[in-house]
Amino acid sequence: MSAQPLIEISEVTKRYPGGHEALSNISLGIEQGEMVFLTGHSGAGKSTLLKLIAAIERPTSGHIIVNGQNVGRMKRPALPFFRRNIGLIFQDHKLLYDRSVFDNVLMPLHIQGVIGNDAARRVRAALDKVGLLNKERARPITLSGGEQQRLCIARAIVSRPALVLADEPTANLDDAYARDIMDMFRAFNEVGVTLIISTHDQDLIGRYGGRKVTLAYGKQVS
Amino acid sequence: MKAWLAHHLHSLKIAAEQFRAAPVATLFTILVIGVAVSLPAGLYVLLGNLERAAGGVKPQAEVTAFFKEVDEAKARALAGSLKKHDDVAEVRFVSKSDGIKRLESAGLAEVAAGLPENPLPHTLIVTPREATPAILESLAARIKDNPDVERVLVDTDWIKRLAALMQLGRDLVGMLIVVLGVALAAITANTIRLQIYAQEDAIEVARLIGATDRFIRRPFLYFGGIQGLAGGLAGWALVIAGGRLLEASVAQVAAAYGSHFHLAGLSLPESGLLLLLSTALGWLGAYFAVGRALRQGG
Repeated sequence: MSAQPLIEISEVTKRYPGGHEALSNISLGIEQGEMVFLTGHSGAGKSTLLKLIAAIERPTSGHIIVNGQNVGRMKRPALPFFRRNIGLIFQDHKLLYDRSVFDNVLMPLHIQGVIGNDAARRVRAALDKVGLLNKERARPITLSGGEQQRLCIARAIVSRPALVLADEPTANLDDAYARDIMDMFRAFNEVGVTLIISTHDQDLIGRYGGRKVTLAYGKQVS
Repeated sequence: MKAWLAHHLHSLKIAAEQFRAAPVATLFTILVIGVAVSLPAGLYVLLGNLERAAGGVKPQAEVTAFFKEVDEAKARALAGSLKKHDDVAEVRFVSKSDGIKRLESAGLAEVAAGLPENPLPHTLIVTPREATPAILESLAARIKDNPDVERVLVDTDWIKRLAALMQLGRDLVGMLIVVLGVALAAITANTIRLQIYAQEDAIEVARLIGATDRFIRRPFLYFGGIQGLAGGLAGWALVIAGGRLLEASVAQVAAAYGSHFHLAGLSLPESGLLLLLSTALGWLGAYFAVGRALRQGG
């Protein structure tokens, strides 16, 4: 155990305009190299917590320290550079349908200034890891749901982030696909990537073990 | 350095894709910008030509004295004494023969050639140090006292009117530049706003995976700048084409006066400035449109 956890969430509350409190007084520490399942009913605040960690939203009170940086107080110009260290996987994939599979995965590298053969090699390595190497010229719209999720994963890991946040990565997927994806996550975790995965699929958590954090109505249950 | 270049090339490529996505709309926008640019530019050219046509006439108060049929030496003597006067800045002496030469070079060669003999008197053109009516009047009175002087003209009114009209024209050009410059930036901003609207997903994803505002903004800036440049070129072409169309009739009018007046278009520095300005305004419009979208994106 290191002295300071990778992610330190203390007394975090998130209230949306209109008064809905998505998270109430959450405190949580996550160590480097952990694989954490974030679980709870739909609307329990799982996605909100992930958004707070990725600085997509800011907490109403309390603070979140990621890698020594206070995420809630981060200045706007610093945000892009902070996000480059995080791989984000979305339930709705957020793929761009106007460009190829290859170009979707290339995007994070391109943003970071990695270009040419080096970038192409890394894109293919990421596509290979998720089993989409033979589809690099395809358009994302022609892929199945499971393949689209895998493409989203390839885009999240292509810049080799130390932290990956996955929001309901296995929702809407049948069991075999879900297991595929979970196997991938476990492989990333084995090479040292810290993972936070939100899911309401209790079977999956039971099967893969790892730490479980349960939220109910914005409060931490376990 | 290579990455930097690649970034810019990529931004250019995206800008080109935007054009390919809506070529007709873009062409129309360029045409609108062209018309907006051609109005002040055209008026500016017109004004420049008018000023040139009125050329030689300095918009400045002068006293002109025409001599009777006297020796050149006598006339020059008056010029010499006037030069010493405190209120006088400059005295120009135009002899009979100089006068006819000036008439010829002013484009009235045929008129001059048609004259049986030189009807022009020796002339003095006196420029006062200060062009107040009082000084002009006193100078005129002093010159009139000389018995060799036939007539004195203190005809400053039409010069003043011309100068005032020219100034009005210049003000109008200035005003048009400002108003249509704002219009150009606004047209570009609106085009870019529509593009941003169509690209919302890509912008959202780019921000989520760590794109800086600058990275997101750049292709739009390129598009705005290039569209402004293209619009500037269109406006420039309109002005040049307008000049060409008018050239023949202007030449005819000039020929009717026995002159060789040529319409001048935009000089190279002027053309450069026009293109630079329209590019900068397009860029600026894009900058505002993207800035707004980025701020709204939080």
